Amino acid sequence: MPMREGIYGLLAEFDTPGELVVAAKAAYDSGWRRLDCYTPYPLEEAAEAIGFHRNYVPLICLIGGLMGLAAMFLMETWVAVFAYPLNIAGRPLFSWPAFAIPAYEWTILWSGLSAAFGMLAMCGLPALYHPLFNAPNFRTGATTDKFFLCLEANDPKFSVVESRSFLEGFRPVSIVEVEY
Amino acid sequence: MATKPELPVNDPQLDPKTGEFRVIAPGYTFKSVTNVISRIVLTPHTPLFWFFGFTLAGSICVMLFTAVTWLFLKGVGIWGLDIPVGWGFAIINFVWWIGIGHAGTLISAILLLFKQQWRNSISRFAEAMTIFAVICAGMFPLIHVGRPWLGYWLFPYPNTMNVWPQFRSPLLWDVFAVSTYATISVVFWYIGLVPDLGTMRDNAKSKLAQYFYGIISLGWRGSVKHWMRYETASLLLAGLATPLVLSVHTVISFDFAVAVLPGWHTTIFPPYFVAGAIYSGFAMVLTLAIPIRTLYHLEGLITIRHIDNMCKVMLATGLIVAYGYGSDLFFAWYSASHWEYFMMWNRMFGPMGWAYWVLITCNIALPQLLWLRTFRLSPGKVFIMSLIINAGMWFERFVIIVTSLYRDFLPSSWGTYKATRWDYAVFIGTMGLFTALFFLFIRVLPMMPMSEIRMLLPQAKVRPEPEPLEAGD
Repeated sequence: MPMREGIYGLLAEFDTPGELVVAAKAAYDSGWRRLDCYTPYPLEEAAEAIGFHRNYVPLICLIGGLMGLAAMFLMETWVAVFAYPLNIAGRPLFSWPAFAIPAYEWTILWSGLSAAFGMLAMCGLPALYHPLFNAPNFRTGATTDKFFLCLEANDPKFSVVESRSFLEGFRPVSIVEVEY
Repeated sequence: MATKPELPVNDPQLDPKTGEFRVIAPGYTFKSVTNVISRIVLTPHTPLFWFFGFTLAGSICVMLFTAVTWLFLKGVGIWGLDIPVGWGFAIINFVWWIGIGHAGTLISAILLLFKQQWRNSISRFAEAMTIFAVICAGMFPLIHVGRPWLGYWLFPYPNTMNVWPQFRSPLLWDVFAVSTYATISVVFWYIGLVPDLGTMRDNAKSKLAQYFYGIISLGWRGSVKHWMRYETASLLLAGLATPLVLSVHTVISFDFAVAVLPGWHTTIFPPYFVAGAIYSGFAMVLTLAIPIRTLYHLEGLITIRHIDNMCKVMLATGLIVAYGYGSDLFFAWYSASHWEYFMMWNRMFGPMGWAYWVLITCNIALPQLLWLRTFRLSPGKVFIMSLIINAGMWFERFVIIVTSLYRDFLPSSWGTYKATRWDYAVFIGTMGLFTALFFLFIRVLPMMPMSEIRMLLPQAKVRPEPEPLEAGD
């Protein structure tokens, strides 16, 4: 894989969630679109601040669940009515109330698997390498107790000097240039 | 609940606003929560009691392997199974273990949906308990089928015999219920672990640990966009696990309730089985949590509040179970069927009547002590109570299965049941397997969800009115 060269973005570090949200909101309001926040626990306000309001995990989950339901119910019907009809105490071959139970379990199984793996896929995980891990303060803080705002270099508004002075206005603990 | 006057007013364990016990002791920071939990795993110094406990559990586990090997060589004849009691320890233990597992799902899923934040510190190891209990439970049907190497015949798959499973049977429903339950429990647990594994990766000092946690954390970096999807997926999984956990024990109760045997054929079975499952599961969570908080000095994270709340859940589910026993009695009388009537009489006063009274003592009589606040606030007493309830719930399954089977309709076909040493070896062996897996878990993975505990801290809230700052441009 060819290595990319250059700057991934500018990473500002904050001590409290409140400061991060203020900075993220100001950046979004002044037109930044390629930016992200990194927090040690889910911080809904930060996601709202950068304009991330909804995701498609529920839709994936719904589709997965319906497919699981249909697959199991149709298989049961096919097995019990066509492939291997058995007379069990004179019950009808198409005993749908009995078939509902495994179909219910498979609805849950496939919607659960779709939600979990769909979430990972939409996040682009697993991704064992990411440029942010090159930042010296990211690995010691982002998953423990620090709050980060990253302005990414592929945003048209990005400029090393101006973006840095923009971030400095929010008095972060540090600003780091992240290389690929 | 209001503070009782006998408790000191300025007790740091109490929240001054509500007078309740705090969920987390005061004074924790993001960093100290992370350190307290990750240090247990990342320290190179394994505590002595860990080696002692793991060795003990491991040797009991060896007994399980011996017993199962002998079973595979000789067949199920080495067990006490016979006609009329064709379902013995294997099914009792299966139902008991899977019931224990249900509390983990309840804590991680149902209490999440109800926004019961106190669950956060105990949810991870309760989920781990679920998985290990399901492993122990799932073993029993497999080794019980007689030819375990043909266990895959349970699943529908195209085969040269052109035979398909019979989907009207509760035993087949069980295959799908339990396999779904095991899969969803593992996925839910692992997804919950991913952010914490990222923390472990970043805090690990040794190269091996960095690689290990680096790979299994899937490259988690805490982006808020990821967090939002993660939160949605967790909520969805919780929403799915809730009906799942109710359905699993319902389907297991169908194994009994669909049969026409006196003592099994009642409609109370599904709710009563589910309540019993949660009852025994909370007892097992307490059996595990109380020694862990003492041995690892986690009293600040698993507080008296947790023990108190779990005791209240046990009390409530215990009363539902008591209602189930009462309804068993009522239906035996109200059915006007003398088979039912005799079954109940035989269950209480027959040759195995002692088991019924053990069950009533352990599950109904003694747990009434949990009404006392002073009892609930004493971890030692609660620990003993949790062991009693675990034993009582095992006897419940024994009573339901054995005393319904050994004297059914025709006196000429009556028999008795006596477990052999191999039955006991497998049963006690699974406890060794469960404990050994649990010891491995607390040594290798963070046993409490650090990210969720961080959310409980007061500094995690974004201040309602952040002070206005001048924008840089």
